[in-house]
Amino acid sequence: MDIDSKSYQKYVKKRAKKSPVLSDCIKAFIFGGLICCIGQGLFDLYKNVFGLLHDDAALLVSVTLIFMSALLTGLGVFDNIAKHAGAGTLVPITGFANSVVSPAIDTKAEGFILGVGAKIFTVSGPVILYGVFASVIYGIIYWTVKTLT
Amino acid sequence: MNRTVKLERPPYFISSASVVGRREHEGPYGKCFDLHDESERFGQKTWELAESEMQRLALNTALKKAALTPPDINLLLAGDLLNQCVGSAYGLASFAVSYLGIFGACSTAAEGLAVAAMLLSGNNAEKCAVVSSSHNCSAERQFRSPIEYGGQRPPTAQWTVTGAGAFLLGKSGSGPCITEVLIGRPIDKGINDANNMGAAMAPAAIDTLCTYFTETSSSPSDFDLIITGDLGFEGSGSLCDYMRKAGYELGYKHRDCGLLIYDRKKGDEHAGGSGCGCCSCMLAGHFLNAFKRNDLKNVLFVATGALMNPAALQQGQNITGIAHLIRIQA
Repeated sequence: MDIDSKSYQKYVKKRAKKSPVLSDCIKAFIFGGLICCIGQGLFDLYKNVFGLLHDDAALLVSVTLIFMSALLTGLGVFDNIAKHAGAGTLVPITGFANSVVSPAIDTKAEGFILGVGAKIFTVSGPVILYGVFASVIYGIIYWTVKTLT
Repeated sequence: MNRTVKLERPPYFISSASVVGRREHEGPYGKCFDLHDESERFGQKTWELAESEMQRLALNTALKKAALTPPDINLLLAGDLLNQCVGSAYGLASFAVSYLGIFGACSTAAEGLAVAAMLLSGNNAEKCAVVSSSHNCSAERQFRSPIEYGGQRPPTAQWTVTGAGAFLLGKSGSGPCITEVLIGRPIDKGINDANNMGAAMAPAAIDTLCTYFTETSSSPSDFDLIITGDLGFEGSGSLCDYMRKAGYELGYKHRDCGLLIYDRKKGDEHAGGSGCGCCSCMLAGHFLNAFKRNDLKNVLFVATGALMNPAALQQGQNITGIAHLIRIQA
């Protein structure tokens, strides 16, 4: 039997089970919101209870969230939360921490230079590269506008 | 020229063994498998070595069941999903037997059995061993993302089985034997979604089955079961739909190892199991034992493989599918 490629691709697309977008969005909203609430709670704690300056408290919130994600990744818990949370854990700084720590765990057996060192940014690499690149462009625009005005 | 090879001297299954991980052991056929390890590490430092250890354990168990020793084996055919089939080479080197590394992705078990059967039937060997394996963690690392990466898998994605199956085939014996072989051809129907491998493999299974039915003038009703490797939910649906269009109703005769191995309602394996270990464990642990109990007498075993390379996919290539068929009779 000869299967026509075009019609087969159409057929596959039609029959493929779709992701439950609505429940994915709701779960992402809840988990993402929860992480932001934890962040705000930590901020209030650092600022009001420990008496840190606004900027220092904000910085420490990021550090704490990164540490927590790294720890949960190492304990093998993060991916079990993330498979439900989706963008809820991916978009905040937690997703970035996980994307750095998970390849590091994977490649530890290949050595600290050619394993962890070379492959730690395999997932987060694009974000770092284009993030830095975008900030350079932004800097040039900012500088040009500021000089002209 | 006919592609179906009718074996003049059908080789026999002397013994078989299966080794699986935690999820597979907890699945509906968990009790059928010989060995399992809850940690899925099998006492090894890395996931790759764990896969090798599964192969070693599987072959060792198969040899023990048959009361044979490695020197009794003329040739070992083995494969897995790791680059250069190192899972097999490291795991089986200690047996010191002539070795052919084979790669057919998830179709490796059928590829090995087909080649071994032809060698035995052609009087080129007395006894052959076929081993194939996959390990979820070593495969994820090589083909997808880091194991602990927190991503979401779409419902069409399949779960790589942690498992190894070993088979011993001999020229003489009794019980189930391989009577016919059909080596599949690579089929590309333009599917390039690594999260829907079932869709990429189904056209190969359709091609192989249609060719077989035409060449042997047979139909699905002539067999107890038609067992596919790891088409999963998506691929199995495509197979049955297109076979119906071609005039072959598979219906209740069809079983897919990928759909059987896990309880899909409970777990999060989505479209089912996949990987070289999937159909080899199910054949070694469940179907061959069903032959022993006389529950099965005549089946077609069609293992499917998605010949997927992540770099080629990124370069815009499609996923080529392949499906090899063996007919097993009591």
